[in-house]
Amino acid sequence: MAKAKSNTEDYLRMYSQMVRIRTFEDNANQLYLSAKMPGLTHMYSGEEAVAVGICEALTDDDRITSTHRGHGHCVAKGAEFKAMFCELLGKVEGYCRGKGGSMHIADQSHGNLGANAIVGGSMGIATGSALRAKLQGSDDVTVCFFGDGATAQGLWYEVMNMAALWRLPVIYACENNGYSEYTKTEEIAAGSITARAEAFGIEAHQVDGQDVLAVNDLTRKLVARARKGEGPFFMELMTYRYHGHHVGDINREYYRSKAEEKAWRDNRDPIIRFRAHLVSEGIATEEDLDALNTAIEKDAAEAVAYALEAAYPDASEVDQHVYAA
Amino acid sequence: MREITLSQAVNEAIAEEMRRDPTVFLMGEDVAEAGTPFKVLSGLVEEFGTERVLDTPISEPGFVGMAVGAAMTGARPIVDLMFGDFIFLVMDQLCNQAAKTHYMSGGKLTVPMVLRTNMGATRRSAAQHSQSLQALVAHIPGLKVAMPSSAYEAKGLMKTAIRDNNPVVIFEDKLMYQDKAPVPEEEYLIPFGEAHVKRAGRDITLIGTSSMVQVAEKAAAILEAEGISAEVIDPRTIVPLDEATLIESVKKTSRAIVIDEGHQSYGVTAEIASRLNEKAFYHLDAPVLRMGAMDVPVPFSPALEDLTVPTPEQVVANARRLCAGELIHAA
Ligand SMILES: Cc1ncc(C[n+]2csc(CCOP(=O)(O)OP(=O)(O)O)c2C)c(N)n1
Ligand SMILES: [Mg+2]
Repeated sequence: MAKAKSNTEDYLRMYSQMVRIRTFEDNANQLYLSAKMPGLTHMYSGEEAVAVGICEALTDDDRITSTHRGHGHCVAKGAEFKAMFCELLGKVEGYCRGKGGSMHIADQSHGNLGANAIVGGSMGIATGSALRAKLQGSDDVTVCFFGDGATAQGLWYEVMNMAALWRLPVIYACENNGYSEYTKTEEIAAGSITARAEAFGIEAHQVDGQDVLAVNDLTRKLVARARKGEGPFFMELMTYRYHGHHVGDINREYYRSKAEEKAWRDNRDPIIRFRAHLVSEGIATEEDLDALNTAIEKDAAEAVAYALEAAYPDASEVDQHVYAA
Repeated sequence: MREITLSQAVNEAIAEEMRRDPTVFLMGEDVAEAGTPFKVLSGLVEEFGTERVLDTPISEPGFVGMAVGAAMTGARPIVDLMFGDFIFLVMDQLCNQAAKTHYMSGGKLTVPMVLRTNMGATRRSAAQHSQSLQALVAHIPGLKVAMPSSAYEAKGLMKTAIRDNNPVVIFEDKLMYQDKAPVPEEEYLIPFGEAHVKRAGRDITLIGTSSMVQVAEKAAAILEAEGISAEVIDPRTIVPLDEATLIESVKKTSRAIVIDEGHQSYGVTAEIASRLNEKAFYHLDAPVLRMGAMDVPVPFSPALEDLTVPTPEQVVANARRLCAGELIHAA
C-alpha cells in the first residue's frame, strides 16, 4: 500500500471512519429490509476508501458536494450517526430536519454542501464554491464527488472549462464503480475519462479507490497545490459498490455477475486491506481493531434505536424553509 | 426629479450594491467590456474590475450552477442571462438546485443570488429571443420573481433582490431599456410583495405586469374619456404576490382584467385570476379576464408578431364589455 499519513492516530481515524461508513450502511440496509425506512437508498459499501481517503485530506473549511450515494461522504466529512439516522428516517432531528432524506443528507456545518439527487447536478455548485474561494482570497478547496455515470453530463465540461480558465481550487473526484444504475461504464463512456479532463489542461490522475492510503496521499498533494492556486485537478477513483444500485436492486445477475462481486469483496476490500496493513506494520493489533469495530457497532445500534423513537417534524414544518428570512 | 432610463436604473442599482457589499459580483456572457448586448452593464467593469465582473463562456447551466455554489458559500452573485429564452437551458440549476437547497437542507444553507434576464416580444427577434417565461419560474417554490414596470421599479427591486437571501429572478422587458422614468438620486429600495396602485379607479381593476402596466395605463386613459374609471395595479413581484391589494381593489371595482406578456394558457394571468375568483367571487360583477400573449411561438414577421401581445385597444374593448355587463364567451 502507498505510504501517506504517518501517525498512528491518523491511521486509526481513517480505519475507523471506513468502518463507520460500512456500519452505517449495514444498518441502513437493515432498516430498509425491515420496512422501517421510507423510500430507497443507495449504499456506499465497498467505496469507503474513496470518501475517507479524500475527506481526511480536508479541513472543516474545505467544502465537498456529494451525490445520491452520499452517506459515505457525509460520514467522512464529519457527520454523527444520530442526526444521520434521524435524517434517513425523516425525523426532525435529522441534519436536514427530515426534509432531505438519504439523497440530500449532509452535515452542513462541516462543509458538506449537500448530496444531490440529480446526477452531475452539483458540478456547478462545487465549481462555484471554488470561484467564491478565489474571489474572496480564501484558501479553502472544494471537492466535487460524482460517479462515472455523471461524466456523461454536459455540465461537467462547461464547469471544467471555467475552472481551468480561472484556475479554481476545485478537485473533481469521479468515483468510477464500473456501473451507472444497471449499465456498465464501458457502454456509456467513449475513450478515456482522464483524457476528458486533460483536454481542458487539467492535471488528471487515476488511482486505486480501494487503497485508502493511495487516495489520501494523492489528495493531500493535490489539495496543497490547489490551495496555492495550482488547481483544478481531476481524480478518477477506481472502486466498486457491493450492493445493488439501490437497496431494492437485489436480483442483479442480469447486469453483474456474483463472481465479479465476490472477487472485489474478497480481494480488494478497502477495510480488510487497510486492516491487514495496520496489523502487519504494527500500528494496531487485531484486538485493538476489533474493539474499535465493536464500539462503532454499538454507537450505530444506539443511534438507530434513538432515531426510530425520535419525533417526526411537526406538520407546521411543511412550509418552513421554503424561503430564507 | 431627474429621469433616467431603465437600463441606467439597473446599472445604478448594481453599482450601488457592489460598492456597499464586497461579496456581490456579476457573471455572464459579455457582461464586462461589452456591458451586455443591451449595454445595461456598461461601465461596471471599469469601476469593479474583471474580478467582480466576470465574462463567462457560453455555458448557461455551468455559470448559473456556479452562481448557486458561490451563493451557498458566502458570495452574492448576480448572473446575467442574456435572453429570457435561455432559461430553459438552466432549469435544473435554477429549479432543482437553487430553489430547493434551503428547504432540502432544513434551512441550513441559503442561496442569495440574482438571475437577471429579460422578456418581451415585438423586437422582431422571432420565437427563441422573444418569450416571456416568468410563469415557468413563478411555479417553483423557493424562487422569487420580480417584474419591474419602469426605471423606478427596476432600480428599487434590483437592490432588494441583491440583498434578499433567496434566489431571485428578475425579468426586465428588453423593449423598455431606453424608457425613462423619474428616479430619485437618494437611495431607495422597493420591498417585495408590495403591489403599487398606479392609478386609482372605481369601475374596473387592470392588473398588469412589466410592460403590460404601460398597456393598462394607456387603456385606463382611453377608458376615462369614455367615463369608465379604471384602477391600475402593478404587483411588482409575482412571487411573493401582494394578493391583499389586488383583492381589496377588486372588491371595490367588482371587475378585473389581468394582463401579462407570458402565454395566456397556464400562465401568470391565470394564477392571479383564479385567486381573485377564489377570494373575491361574491364581489365580482363579471368574470375575471385573462390577457396574455397568444398561445403561439412568437412569429418573426411584424405583421404577425404584433398580433400576439395584448394592446391597450384590446384591453379597452374588453373593459367596455365587462363594464357593460356583457358575458364574455370563448373568443
Ligand atoms: C439527471 C439524472 N438522470 C438520471 C437519474 C437517475 N439515476 C440515479 S443514479 C443513476 C446512476 C448514476 O451513476 P453514477 O454517476 O455512476 O453513480 P453511482 O450510482 O454508480 O454511484 C441514475 C441514472 C438522476 N437521478 N438524475
Ligand atoms: Mg457509477
